Amino acid sequence: MSGPTTDPRAAAPGTVVPTRRNTELLLLGFAVLITLAAQSIVDVTITGSLRPELATFGGWFAALWAVVHLVVRRFAPYADPLLLPAVAVLSGLGLTMIHRLDLAGMQDGAEATREDAPVQLLWATIGVALFVAVVVVLRDHRLLSRFAYTLGLVGLVLLALPAVLPASISEVYGAKIWIRVAGFSIQPGEFAKICLIVFFAAYLVDKRDVLALASRRVAGLELPRGRDLGPVLAVWVVSILVLVFERDLGSSLLLFGIFVVMLYVATERASWLLIGVGLFAGGAFLAYQLFGHVRVRVDTWLDPFAYRDEGGYQLVQSLFGLGTGGLFGAGLGGGRPDQVPVAKSDFIASAIGEELGLFGLVAVIVIYLVLVERGLRTSLVVRDAFGKLLAGGLAFAVAWQLFVVLGGVTGLLPLTGLTTPFVAYGGSSLVANFGLVAILVRISDAARRPATPPPPPKQAIGEAPTEVVSS
Amino acid sequence: MTAEIVLQVFRFGFLLLLWLFIFAAFRVVRADLFGGRAGRVASVPPRAAAPGRRRGRGPRTLVVTAGPLTGTKITLGEQPILIGRADDSTLVLTDDFASSRHARLTNRGGQWYVEDLGSTNGTYLDQQRVQGPLLVAPGQPIRIGQTALELRS
Repeated sequence: MSGPTTDPRAAAPGTVVPTRRNTELLLLGFAVLITLAAQSIVDVTITGSLRPELATFGGWFAALWAVVHLVVRRFAPYADPLLLPAVAVLSGLGLTMIHRLDLAGMQDGAEATREDAPVQLLWATIGVALFVAVVVVLRDHRLLSRFAYTLGLVGLVLLALPAVLPASISEVYGAKIWIRVAGFSIQPGEFAKICLIVFFAAYLVDKRDVLALASRRVAGLELPRGRDLGPVLAVWVVSILVLVFERDLGSSLLLFGIFVVMLYVATERASWLLIGVGLFAGGAFLAYQLFGHVRVRVDTWLDPFAYRDEGGYQLVQSLFGLGTGGLFGAGLGGGRPDQVPVAKSDFIASAIGEELGLFGLVAVIVIYLVLVERGLRTSLVVRDAFGKLLAGGLAFAVAWQLFVVLGGVTGLLPLTGLTTPFVAYGGSSLVANFGLVAILVRISDAARRPATPPPPPKQAIGEAPTEVVSS
Repeated sequence: MTAEIVLQVFRFGFLLLLWLFIFAAFRVVRADLFGGRAGRVASVPPRAAAPGRRRGRGPRTLVVTAGPLTGTKITLGEQPILIGRADDSTLVLTDDFASSRHARLTNRGGQWYVEDLGSTNGTYLDQQRVQGPLLVAPGQPIRIGQTALELRS
């Protein structure tokens, strides 16, 4: 039926809880295999032969996951076995699509474009370094709750920084969400997201009784008291400020959505969801009336073909790409995803949809779903309320970000500047999301770990080795 | 012509590979859902069962039946279960009516006893306030603040 490593029933009840590390190793190997297959297909299809650097790439990529696996085996042995393989497949696919778009850029040959795939691999390496650091240093996720207010402040500062900096440093394509220093450009919002989720989790664990219990019944709904609206209003104001001063619909939507859902999870009151949707609808309507850049986004969303020569060009090309892909796609390297401007970062999902078709794009979404499901499951199983809210918030953040991005690419939602987690080109997003997964891995280790560590084997004092104390 | 065939093989072969990965992942998910113990919180099982004591007698899990942690299961082993607001409790409560070290469940020869650790608002076994250690029968509700627990075999 199933191998000894994947079947927990093989373990007789009452014996040691399986760590499932071998399952993870197997799936990680599968993920690396998929990545190498994709890379080879791209090379053969476009240039007719494998590129010599493929061996280096494959070795490097496999080594990254080997390191991750060994660190998890050593420092978080009971971690969930599916989180990392899902991330490995996604980042491998992302690297492949970026490499594929590099090749397309070189074939056009108009100007020598720089290759982005090696840069992204470098970012992935930094991401893995952050992952290792978090898993090794953070031995218990509950430690995070002690620094929650500090992290909340750091998150706010990171979020506000690009708005305060001069446009020459922080503005790219109209969105002021960057910090560009000495050739590097980072998007602090991606890191702010994680800091703020930690803060929300700690804050809501403290305050949820007040927010859940003090309420009035109005028309069958439990409505909170006016003064308890404070926190949600504060986050609403911050996200509106982000929308106005950084002109970034994505971060704004992400931040507010995460807070409202965490509030709902903490209090189990559906009225918070309604209040959240209402507040955001009001804010969005006002923003539409007052700000030109919001109006442009909404207008191109409602009718992209009417603006296909200006603001809607990207979206129209993306829709054509998805249409060309059809059910089974054009095959890796067989389409023209480079026709979409900025395909590597914002529109990588449409590149995947064009080359792998509906079946491929849905497969990618399902892999995200696996990642999110494992996060939510961790949240259900872990025993402390802070861990529950934190894991739930982090998992929801991935799902919500993916929804907003895919909605934008397919024309379901107005376009945002968010990146597809783990797949899209962009260092900050990749590194920050590796940090996010590291925290999830840490919580899932706590969730599946046996309640009490086995007592150390008793040693008769006569048999204990003599310790040499050097000073 | 052969090149065309190779491309088609690549095209569908890769999709197949992706879905095989998902299939493998789902097998792991399924094993966790229906395979019994993997997803549950388990305490350390008895390392070497004392001779003469049979497995399967006495309660095996502690289930939270009311309160914010409803549905949480703790598999019982030999170790005592600490309940309270302190971070190092086996079951961490976030209830204003719970003390940081509220109550303890201890195993004595396969039977479980509940003990109040000097909590402010008390621990109740079947409406009765727990003073000294009391024997807990499976299905008997233990109440701590808003949380209710019971043993199941």
